[in-house]
Amino acid sequence: MSLLSIRNLSVSFATGRGPFRAVDRVDLDVAAGELVAIVGESGSGKSVAMLAVMGLLPWIATVTADRMMFDGRDLLSLSARERRRIIGRDLVMIFQEPMSSLNPCFTVGFQIREAMKAHLDLSRAQRQARAVELLELVGIPEPDRRLSAFPHQLSGGMSQRVMIAMALACKPKLIIADEPTTALDVTIQAQILDLLLKLQKESGVGLVLITHDMGVVAETAQRVCVHYAGQQVEMQDTRGLFRDPHHPYTAALLAALPERARGRLLPSIPGIVPGLADRPTGCLFSPRCGFATDTCRTVPPPRAGAELGLALCHTPLVAGVPQRREFAA
Amino acid sequence: MAEENAIDDPMPTAPERFVLDASGLSLGAAGVVVALTEPVGEEPSPLRAFWSAFSENRGAVLGLAVVVFIALLALFAPWVAPHSPIEQFRQSVLLPPVWAGGNWTFPFGTDAVGRDVLSRLIYGARISLGIGLSVMVVSVALGIVLGLAAAFMRGIVEVVVMRVMDMVVAIPSLVLAILIVAVLGPSLSNTIIAVTVVYLPRYVRLVRAAALAELTKEYVIAAQVAGVGRLRLMFVTVLPNCLAPLIVQAALGISDAILEAAALGFLGLGAQPPTPEWGAMLADAREFIRSAPWIVTLPGLAILVTVVAINLMGDGLRDALDPKLRRS
Amino acid sequence: MLNLILRRVALTVPTFVALMFVTFVAVRLVPGDPIEARTGERGIAPERLAQLRHELGLDQPVWRQFLDYIYGLLHGDFGVSIVTKTPVLHEFLILFPATLELAFCALVFAVVLGVPAGVLAAVKRGSVLDHSVMTVALAGYSMPIFWWGLLLIMFMSEYLGLTPVSGRMDLINYYFEPVTGFMLIDSLLSGQEGAFGAAAAHLVLPSIVLGTIPLAVIARMTRSSMLEVLGEDYVRTARAKGLSPLRVVGLHTLRNALIPVVTVVGLQTGTLLAGAVLTETIFAWPGVGKWLIESISRRDYPALQGGIMLISAIVILVNLIVDMLYVAINPRIRHG
Repeated sequence: MSLLSIRNLSVSFATGRGPFRAVDRVDLDVAAGELVAIVGESGSGKSVAMLAVMGLLPWIATVTADRMMFDGRDLLSLSARERRRIIGRDLVMIFQEPMSSLNPCFTVGFQIREAMKAHLDLSRAQRQARAVELLELVGIPEPDRRLSAFPHQLSGGMSQRVMIAMALACKPKLIIADEPTTALDVTIQAQILDLLLKLQKESGVGLVLITHDMGVVAETAQRVCVHYAGQQVEMQDTRGLFRDPHHPYTAALLAALPERARGRLLPSIPGIVPGLADRPTGCLFSPRCGFATDTCRTVPPPRAGAELGLALCHTPLVAGVPQRREFAA
Repeated sequence: MAEENAIDDPMPTAPERFVLDASGLSLGAAGVVVALTEPVGEEPSPLRAFWSAFSENRGAVLGLAVVVFIALLALFAPWVAPHSPIEQFRQSVLLPPVWAGGNWTFPFGTDAVGRDVLSRLIYGARISLGIGLSVMVVSVALGIVLGLAAAFMRGIVEVVVMRVMDMVVAIPSLVLAILIVAVLGPSLSNTIIAVTVVYLPRYVRLVRAAALAELTKEYVIAAQVAGVGRLRLMFVTVLPNCLAPLIVQAALGISDAILEAAALGFLGLGAQPPTPEWGAMLADAREFIRSAPWIVTLPGLAILVTVVAINLMGDGLRDALDPKLRRS
Repeated sequence: MLNLILRRVALTVPTFVALMFVTFVAVRLVPGDPIEARTGERGIAPERLAQLRHELGLDQPVWRQFLDYIYGLLHGDFGVSIVTKTPVLHEFLILFPATLELAFCALVFAVVLGVPAGVLAAVKRGSVLDHSVMTVALAGYSMPIFWWGLLLIMFMSEYLGLTPVSGRMDLINYYFEPVTGFMLIDSLLSGQEGAFGAAAAHLVLPSIVLGTIPLAVIARMTRSSMLEVLGEDYVRTARAKGLSPLRVVGLHTLRNALIPVVTVVGLQTGTLLAGAVLTETIFAWPGVGKWLIESISRRDYPALQGGIMLISAIVILVNLIVDMLYVAINPRIRHG
């Protein structure tokens, strides 16, 4: 049984020009201890989908789903109070901007102990001891002293280590990491990612890694979901995805990896992700797709079977060749 | 960075364009920028864009309507008011308003010496709005000159101007106004002077800060490179970009000036009898709290409604002109 | 840190000097002769006039008078009131507790109502509650407080008979020697039954009147500050910990949102003291505001001069303290 199971998750925001659907019928399954990556460009709704799972979206957002189960409990039917008992204890999230994600008015130690105080039955001394232990775990030197530091006294990498320590405080079952390294210096990025992976492996916690870095995905994840414009266009195990991408968008993303470039110019995907105003009627990727047909431009694509990576495409690729499917008309 | 923006950005924000147009009159680099930033498509005129942003705010439109109404009353007071504001009808002293048993000759009743309250209120609008506008015009003009001088000349000019402003701010506003009126003697024109001095620092500080911020930007440097003279740089190149917050402050400043002047009038240090100034009317009415509540209620209500309307309008102006200031 | 404090303190010195100069010059320019105003007699004998002028130092050249004034100020001598013949500082110190008590109660009223109103408006953004709070705040912000005072007297005191019309104390029923100068404390110390209640009842209306504008400013400021902070990443982090909304809003958000609000509250001192002039006049409250207005009509130069100096000094000092407080509650600066 999977730890997290989501079916048909949609999120729309009320805007001045009508509702905007940021996440469109997304599915996701994460087993205990599994590492699943979600990749996509900025604005593809990957963070929003996970914030919806956490229940952290602002009130202008409307979340709907057929199913949203975590650890055998239905997140949709839980009251806010019951949900808060899960959030922060079993299900935690690490954010993109470590510097602004820590409250500038409170010490690091206060913010780490706070989560334990809310969820665990520990004494003050035990919480303090655990906080020291956690900072050691995430590789922060002089943990005793650092606990009384304020966030502005830490570097970005250090802050993200604190965020990880905070996430681990209550021994969670699933961590959602939303581009945890994007805002950091390039040299620090690898350290933080390695730390996260090491801790994941050691503790056997499930991890959803949101990223736009295909290289990171290749090295780390067991399975990959590819998001485009709020839709999930493909889901495969990592090896299969890199060997034989079925959705043209995935194929184009992979082709854009520097390691895979053959010519002197790095291939890129022309155009940008459609916004609120310029949403195509058919397949959302059709304006940028090299294989697009008239059908693609007018009819929303169906979802292919698991053997084709659940690709959301009229003509899924097999070994780079589009397959015309019978029922497409 | 900013130069690139100016060229790439197909739709520069309104104030930016304002200046580029202005400095385009001069030669050189600035002129090239103008050519490159010419908007491609049809774009609503700045005035229309402003109005559409302003009219979105219902409170602001309501405020504007009320202000216009009061301004029209003030302007046409001699035609609108049923009586003279100072004529005393000795046979109808302390007559209640029409809804409290009075008659239609004096719809809002009469005061202790038989003057028509409605007429006094209408003429009072002239005085209050007049004070508000005069204070605003004088302090904006002085604020621009002193603020720009402090920003451009730096050195001793800046130190002297800003220290004096600090000192003015350190004295509680009404206390300073009282001191000035005490020196000059109580009168309407001295009220204007006192209130202007009290509110001057706001404008000077605002203009100086805005000008200093603009001075570091590339278009100012471009204009300097193009050989624009200092005065032109101050008033034609930089000033238009400081206008948005200044306009907002000026609008809100009118209401503060009206309140301050009314307070002086109330203390007997402003307009002198029989001038129908709202604050002074309140002071005269104090002893009739028990017997004639309407002469206490109405002038204050007039002040409150006017000030609320101007503040609503000012808040709308701020939201429409200067989204950065959208704080409260 | 110490450096920062010293620099801020040093910055106030030129302001003080300018202040002394301007109050001195301005007060010299007040029309009318103080001796004439005091004696009320015209055509006073020339020898008597010269003697009086000499006693008051008015026969000295103006620059000499100014230097004497500064010398005196530096020695705590703010001059002697021409009317009462008592030192200005002494007179001020007797009256100031009344003003301080009033201003303090007004500020408490403004903060206790304004901060929660602003917080609720921000949390329930766009709701009826939010709109009501903002409308009331707009009215409060635009209120001519002298009229507001008259209205309250009219309704609460004259019509409902709930509160006293004026003054600090019901002197017919209670009498006790001032100890601290604060009527609330002195009435308790006196041990007279009902005295405290009477003192408090006298404070209600003046506090509401004086607190109205600060209340509006604080509510607006709190709301906008809260809205800004509610959008911060660290508030999301706090919610992601599964903390209760009360803790997220009341601790993580409010703690940060209050930093600019404290500054605004501090900067209301000037507004409060200016408002005190009007409030004290309306309610016949025997404080420094009323005293200042009376000094003008009595042409009591030294009282006016000393009073304005002292009031301004208090405003400058309070602003300085607010700056320090801002540093103290904002760890980013404290350890900067």
